[in-house]
This record gives sequence, structure tokens and C-alpha cells, in this order.
Amino acid sequence: MASRDETLHELPSQTAGPYVHIGLMPNFSGIAGCWPQDLGTGGVDKRAKGERIGVVGRLIDGGGAPVRDAVVELWQADSDGVYPGGTDPRGKGDPHFSGFARSATDTPDGEFRFETVRPGVVHMADGRACAPHADLWIVARGINLGLHTRVYFPEDSAAHATDPLLARIEDPRRAATLVATREGGEGRPLYRFDVRLQGDGETVFLDV
Amino acid sequence: MSGTATKGTFYRRDRDRHPPALTPQYRTSTLRSPRFAPISLGQSAGDLTAPVFGHSILGPRDDDLLKNYDHGGDPIGQRIVVSGRLLDEDARPVPGALIEFWQANAAGRYRHKREGYVAPLDPNFGGCGRCITDDEGRYSFRTVKPGPYPWPNRLNDWRPAHIHFSLFGHGFAQRLITQMYFEGDPLIWACPIVATIPDREAIETLIAKLDLRGALHMDALAYRFDIVLRGRRSTPFENKKEGN
Ligand SMILES: [Fe+3]
Repeated sequence: MASRDETLHELPSQTAGPYVHIGLMPNFSGIAGCWPQDLGTGGVDKRAKGERIGVVGRLIDGGGAPVRDAVVELWQADSDGVYPGGTDPRGKGDPHFSGFARSATDTPDGEFRFETVRPGVVHMADGRACAPHADLWIVARGINLGLHTRVYFPEDSAAHATDPLLARIEDPRRAATLVATREGGEGRPLYRFDVRLQGDGETVFLDV
Repeated sequence: MSGTATKGTFYRRDRDRHPPALTPQYRTSTLRSPRFAPISLGQSAGDLTAPVFGHSILGPRDDDLLKNYDHGGDPIGQRIVVSGRLLDEDARPVPGALIEFWQANAAGRYRHKREGYVAPLDPNFGGCGRCITDDEGRYSFRTVKPGPYPWPNRLNDWRPAHIHFSLFGHGFAQRLITQMYFEGDPLIWACPIVATIPDREAIETLIAKLDLRGALHMDALAYRFDIVLRGRRSTPFENKKEGN
């Protein structure tokens, strides 16, 4: 850090509070008319490349209760492993895929749900390859700093053995919290990825 | 934003300036705080890139809470302009970044189905807005000053007046939600959510300053709130080893 001019510090986080849906998903929260559509809720453009998948999961607190006032954000690469938006040095990315989605957890089970495409292989800053995954970021009342985690897919178990994150976690039960399970039979794959904030089966969160 | 593709990894997040996950005085955190330490892995391409939202998503009143929920008039309350710059830790502007904000009305009441405070709703106030920073990282929006409100925590806890901010930078590792407070509010120092931040100097960076020069004549007072997100190395991130 020697070369760094330390004049400013990142602002401290504060909880998103009980009404984060007003700010991030106003139409969902019943405030209609400020703008036509909530950010990150449009689904996947028909023209986007890649296999369509669904990701669904419950957000559960340390007492086993559903967390119904959260927002979960998804950020992932396109089917070629390039992050959209033009800032990934690996390429421009699929112009018809945003890579970003938002879901409220306001169901009786505290469930979030995403429609997306299966992401490709992506890389760490140092060039190591990561197994296909999506990044999730979770905010809610009672969460003082947004929680980063990742969802991996069960078909990629060979790649998981060399994934920089999964290979780093010594306890296989902990690593398993990052791998979704496949649900349903025929048709579009649906993955279940429950997130446990605390206690038995606590999900692995990342200090990125 | 030409040149962003050559940016490097972010500086380490200084967790001593952020609230810890478990803060018993803020009771909801007790069951929503992970017990395991978060894993430090190094940053991935997903941490170093972020969704880009163009100005095309914005409508003309998205940054005007006095008008974006107009049901036949203006909201009640003290009219204010909030403005500032979005910067990184090296004081470089963060242009083209989405900022979202939400707040209670002038009486301290949110437009939300689970809100339990008796103060009245305002028929002309929705309470949400958004904007995108300009080439120098500047942003500004109009609103009414939110009221303080009571909330279920310890008996008779009141939140200071505040506006919630959601911030996107140029990397998902910069993603941040925080709250802006108002200079001179004694409730700041009695609030258990503010007190989750362990460092008083860090708390003070969340307090907007009254900006008399920015006030609009016979219209609105002004507050100034500069926002700082994590800074990053200038070394390109692709296929480079981490560190300086
Ligand atoms: Fe609030």
C-alpha cells in the first residue's frame, strides 16, 4: 500500500433496513409510477446466447425463519464467461445479456428467484480459472454489511476440485453450501440454492 | 468511461470502519449475522466488473422526489436539494454510476405495507429516487427532509432523520448500501443503528453538511454529501498477479 495516497476512506455501511424494497424495487413494493419497471426484473432477453436456467432459494435466519424483507442481487458472466458492460478485458460480452438481476424475498418462505443463462468459465484477477458460478449479494434489515456469496452448479464437480474458492474451503460441508442442487425433471434446469445466514449449514460468505 | 477496462483490483475493505455483523444493540442482527468469518479469496473478474446502467433507464423525474409521485400537488415538508460527488478512496470521481435512494416522508412515515408508525402518509410522496453520476462523479436530487421515526428495537428507539443510499461503482466489490444523516441532529448519537459503526470519525462521514450556498432562493435548503467507494489499483487485472 506504500504508493497509495490515503486521503479518503470508503463510507461505512449501514443496514438496508426493513424498507429496502421501496428503494430498490418500488413497483414490487406497491409504489407505482415513479418509474415503469424495477431494475433487474426484466428477465432474460430472448436474443441472449446460452442455456436458460432458473435459480431459486430461500433466505433463512439463524432461528430457521424465512427472511422476507431482503433483496438478493445476482451478477454473473455470459455464456462465454465474459461479464457484460464493456469493462471485462476478456471481451465485450453478449450485447443481449445484462448479467444483473434483482429479487425480493417477500414470499411466505423468504424465496428469491432468478431467470438467467448458464454462465461460462470466468477468471480470478491473477488469471486462475473459476468453475461457472454467479455472484450473489444480499441486503436486508439486520444485515449490517451486504453479504457476498456465490452459487455453483452441481454438474461441474470436476471443475470444482480446482476452483480457487471451493478448493480453499477445507470442510467439505462448508464448500457444499455454495453448490446448488438441481430440481425438477425435463426441460429448463431449475437450481435450488438456499442461503442460511447463521447456524447449522451456514452459507459461506466472502470478503471480496 | 474509456479506460475502465485497464483498472486493477480494489484496495482491501477496511472492516474496522464498517459495522461488525453481530451488533446486539441492533436486535435484528442477532439472528441475521453469520458466525463464520467471511473468506478472503482475492478478487475475481466478477468483483472487478459491474453492471452498467445507461441514462436510458432514467425518466425526467427519477431524481425529483418532489414530483415523481405527484398525485395533484407537492409533498408537505421542508424542501431540500441533496448533492455531492461520488469518489473513490484516491479522490478520483466515479462517473456513470447508478445511485438509488429512499426515505420516509416529512412526518417520518414510509409508504410501506408493513410500516407501523401512526404518522400520516403524504399523498404526493412516494419516497424513492435514482440518478446517474456525471463525468465528474457529481449527483444531485430534490426531496423533502425526512422526519425521524420510532422503530421496534429497544423500547422507545428513534431513528435520526436519514436517507438510504444504494451505490454501484465500477466493480461489484464496490457495491454498498448506507445511510445519510443531517448535520446537527442529536438523534444521530442516540441511534443503535448508527452505533453499529465502531469508529466515530467514520460515522461523521455519513453526516451531510448544510450547504447554504447551494440553497435555492425562496425554494429549498441544500445539503452536501460526498460519497466514497473503495479505490483500486491502476494495474490491469487480467492475468496479473495480485498485490503491489
Ligand atoms: Fe429508514
